[in-house]
Amino acid sequence: MENFRYLEGVTTLRLDSEACVGCGVCEIVCPHAVFRMNGKKAEIGDLDGCMECGACAQNCAAGAIRVTPGVGCASYIIQTWIKGKEAASCSSSECC
Amino acid sequence: MVDLDRQNKECCCTDSGKGLSSIQTGLQSFEETIQSEACCGSPPGPRSSPLEKPGYKLLNFVADFKDSPCGPVPRVKTQLAGSDHLGTLFARLGINRDQYKIAPGLYCVGNPDQDSPVLVTANYKLTFDSLRRELTALDAWLLVLDTRGINVWCAAGKALFSTREVVDRVNQTLLNKIVSHNQLILPQLAATGVSAHQVKKASGFKVIWGPVRAEDIQHFIEADCHADGAMRKVTFSIWERTVLTPVELSHLPKPTFWVLLAVFLLSGIGTTVFSLHDAWYRGLMAFTAYIAGILAGAVAAPILLPWIPGRAFALKGALSGMVVGLTVVLLFKSGLIWLETMALLLITVAVSSYLAMNFTGSTPFTSPSGVEKEMRRAIPLQAGALVVALVAWVSAGFVG
Repeated sequence: MENFRYLEGVTTLRLDSEACVGCGVCEIVCPHAVFRMNGKKAEIGDLDGCMECGACAQNCAAGAIRVTPGVGCASYIIQTWIKGKEAASCSSSECC
Repeated sequence: MVDLDRQNKECCCTDSGKGLSSIQTGLQSFEETIQSEACCGSPPGPRSSPLEKPGYKLLNFVADFKDSPCGPVPRVKTQLAGSDHLGTLFARLGINRDQYKIAPGLYCVGNPDQDSPVLVTANYKLTFDSLRRELTALDAWLLVLDTRGINVWCAAGKALFSTREVVDRVNQTLLNKIVSHNQLILPQLAATGVSAHQVKKASGFKVIWGPVRAEDIQHFIEADCHADGAMRKVTFSIWERTVLTPVELSHLPKPTFWVLLAVFLLSGIGTTVFSLHDAWYRGLMAFTAYIAGILAGAVAAPILLPWIPGRAFALKGALSGMVVGLTVVLLFKSGLIWLETMALLLITVAVSSYLAMNFTGSTPFTSPSGVEKEMRRAIPLQAGALVVALVAWVSAGFVG
């Protein structure tokens, strides 16, 4: 995936090191190896590699990770602009 | 064999006119019917399988049923048949893709017992097939969730491959009576929708995060459920990108119809109010520019993705559109004035840029924040380019 880099400085991912208990689950579930363990704490090693899938936050029992997850899909985002977030749906025939 | 053949022919011939006459004239006529082979076509297939039940359909990927403390569990084949490959092809082409799913519930491969691992997966048939084909040397239970026929990652993103669904399916299949351990192996990409600690709390089962790809599952289990770094990261190879392009194209026939109509109408407008000759010849050129935009944005840009400069997909699409668009105007150059050249080029670039931007939804690395950022910049430019192109194209009808 090293050949694939997207826009930088846009991700909503935040890690609260104080709250981190060092369980290491974020490092396991991240599909882009954004996290790494530094002793008893997780740290973000590759912030711009984040695609905001939300797997880390979903699986952080300590609640130390914040990210606004979503579908990085243009047609979905156009729908949220037109109909609003609640009414927008990924139509099943589009992308995923 | 001879007797069987005769029996078959006798039975179906009684329905036909010839069969009736053979009854009337006795055995000799039967012999005659057999020799002339005038009745119902090729020999019949095999008898019904004893596994078939009234009201149920025995699916071709089920080998037989394994007894378990909770009743028979379908044992699935680990080799794909021709019909499975055909189904994959159709799904890849976007034909009936929403309905390409299997019934959720418990399945198995090999000869699993109470200590065998439980693999959890989605009920999109293509996902299920890509998992079972990797389980040739494994005895395991397969817990198939109701993800509405959507693959693991997309279903997790839509909260269909969810904590709730895992817990409900574990309870519904009475999994705790079938296995004596309390571990579930989930594909890593399900982590977007499943919270492992909440599954444990609600069902007592511990989630083990398996590899991203089904092809690594056997190694993962052999290595005592340990995944190396490569097993944990998504890939986006040229093949993975190429198989996505037909679905991109399958969305286009409907808008293309309207484009076709608009293009021929606008191309005919000129000094003579409306010229059918211009509508046809100029319309064909404008339509070619549109098709070129589709090829550049929905085929070339996805396949050549890492080699096209830039980060934003709209930019990548504009660049591939520029190359293809220049080829198109060179093709038509003898019949074009500069206004038309510019219009055709802008059509191809705008269409290509828009479609490449839409491909973000199919990639495994674009963040929604990033997509929204590039869309806010790109859509006004794409729309602007299209308006300029249309004005130039129609104006050229009066100049040329």
